[in-house]
Amino acid sequence: MATQHSRSAARLMMAPAVILLMGWMLVPLTMTIYFSFKRYLPLRGGDLGWTGFDNYVRFVTSTAFWPSVQATLVIVGGVLVITVVLGILLAMLLDQPMWGQGVVRILVIAPFFVMPTVSALVWKNMFMDPVNGLFAHLWRFFGAEPIAWLSEASMTSIIMIVSWQWLPFATLILLTAIQSLDSEQLEAAEMDGAPLLKKFYHIILPHLGRAITIVILIQTIFLLSIFAEIFVTTGGAFGTRTLTYLIFQRVLESQNVGLGSAGGVYAIILANIVAIFLMRIVGKNLDA
Amino acid sequence: MGRIQLKKVTKSFGEVEVIPPLDLTIEDGEFTVFVGPSGCGKSTLLRLIAGLEDITSGHIEIDGTDATNVPPAKRGLAMVFQSYALYPHMSVRKNIAFPLRMAKLDQAEIERRVNGAAEVLNLTDYLDRRPGQLSGGQRQRVAIGRAIVREPAAFLFDEPLSNLDAALRVGMRLEISELHKRLETTMIYVTHDQVEAMTMADKIVVLRAGNIEQVGSPLDLYHSPRNTFVAGFIGSPKMNLFEGPEAQKRDAHTMGVRPEHITVSDSDGLWSGVVGVAEHLGSDTFFHIHETGLADTITVRVDGEVSFKHGDRIHLTPREDVIHRFDGKGLRLA
Ligand SMILES: Nc1ncnc2c1ncn2[C@@H]1O[C@H](COP(=O)(O)OP(=O)(O)OP(=O)(O)O)[C@@H](O)[C@H]1O
Ligand SMILES: [Mg+2]
Repeated sequence: MATQHSRSAARLMMAPAVILLMGWMLVPLTMTIYFSFKRYLPLRGGDLGWTGFDNYVRFVTSTAFWPSVQATLVIVGGVLVITVVLGILLAMLLDQPMWGQGVVRILVIAPFFVMPTVSALVWKNMFMDPVNGLFAHLWRFFGAEPIAWLSEASMTSIIMIVSWQWLPFATLILLTAIQSLDSEQLEAAEMDGAPLLKKFYHIILPHLGRAITIVILIQTIFLLSIFAEIFVTTGGAFGTRTLTYLIFQRVLESQNVGLGSAGGVYAIILANIVAIFLMRIVGKNLDA
Repeated sequence: MGRIQLKKVTKSFGEVEVIPPLDLTIEDGEFTVFVGPSGCGKSTLLRLIAGLEDITSGHIEIDGTDATNVPPAKRGLAMVFQSYALYPHMSVRKNIAFPLRMAKLDQAEIERRVNGAAEVLNLTDYLDRRPGQLSGGQRQRVAIGRAIVREPAAFLFDEPLSNLDAALRVGMRLEISELHKRLETTMIYVTHDQVEAMTMADKIVVLRAGNIEQVGSPLDLYHSPRNTFVAGFIGSPKMNLFEGPEAQKRDAHTMGVRPEHITVSDSDGLWSGVVGVAEHLGSDTFFHIHETGLADTITVRVDGEVSFKHGDRIHLTPREDVIHRFDGKGLRLA
């Protein structure tokens, strides 16, 4: 936007959206902060007055806090690594000319349209059930003892389920990025004597830099708050209690709104720390 | 060394044969230009030589050894692409050094060659920039730099100047010719611009629909085009080609006269016609003459400024010693 005039016009045009979004964000945020300083137990007396920083202190000093932060970060990190790595491989595969390309691409995208609750239930009952699950049958076919996935390998299971949901998104974004790569660049690299791996490392990967950044940032936002997948599978047991899940338990299972709100504020802080951290690492890919 | 021989090379994309059997020898150190209309298979032929495209049948020999199944990087050829194909996220220095790094040369040698190339191509001040921060001409030079550091047996250029404006194109044309004189390396250059072909080439290969119509030096093609296609393609403005009684008078089916081989007069001449559009270039003037009874339009080139106006009736006389005669199949008559 070049001129003074067009800049102020743009501000005016954007104002309604900005105001709406601000309101959308500010109202719940203010309420969360308000409740976090209160002792508020809906079924045990309701609003019992101000407590200062009591809720905050109680939330961090509870033994569940640090494990929940760790669980959150492990899930986010694990899913990011799996979706980005597999997403790049799948995108390169789908970029090859092949028979039935259109159908295959639609099939790859399909998991993204399945609701988290549904997909988690399908995984839980169809694949991971230690008696009737497909994995159990597979294990037995090879003469191995079936694994009780959700209790023995709970973290791995959750990461698998969530990765399966988000892989299509990563693949799709990375596929469009790969398709925009100038084929003459690859041919030039070929002439320059770059073997396959070097071509990937020096040409394809830098070209994908921006798309990978976007995938990481968007997924992080959603992964920090995954809930349904945990709710319907482990219910927060076996070390899969994330920060979001902990807050849910504090508010709804313990009926302690004040404590949960304090946890909400910690969740905001955690999200911001992760965001700053990510922008430091990958944010420069978005410039230029 | 860079002697390239194509023996009975063909190329088909599926059912479509783009290059019918084709034989061609490019001598060491020669500047060869492939020229022809769009879609005639110039790029395909170049990519076959580069190894970026598999040939359907036949052989390619480089310096006497069969290179038909040798991968592109091992053929010792360097290619400059029409889109330049620079690596956008690498600095100019890294771009130029890339083939050397892939060849695992030691750092000092890479440095030496990159600086050498940068000096030759006037890129020294830009070595730390990204390709996106360069002008079209500079990008072109980086692409050439990336090719010359490899010290290849031959350079392949695919319409390298078509993205540049007219003035820059003339400049780069000279630079590439200079480079060829200095390096004395075989160069194969694809273009559809016959002026580029005429000014740069030692040898021109005129292609039509994958067939070689004629191979020869620029002046060979100018003075004795083998058929009407080459006659019409080489030379600017185009040769006047027409059939009819005037051609039959000279025992030919088709006759051709270049615009520069016709003299004009306002009083007398062999043919006459009415002046249409005049293109004044200063140094010379092109007249498009109508109503001559020979062809729709006859183009005439006259030195300097001549004051014929639109609608004037003038007289034309061809120089009989340089008239081209062709038979019914369009082939040149001796
Ligand atoms: N990958 C391909 N698949 C099918 N047909 C192709 C392919 N590449 C080229 N062709 C066909 O081969 C013919 C020659 O193409 P080529 O690119 O060599 O033309 P060209 O002489 O370089 O033309 P231009 O001057 O427009 O670049 C064209 O008819 C084109 O349609
Ligand atoms: Mg071409």
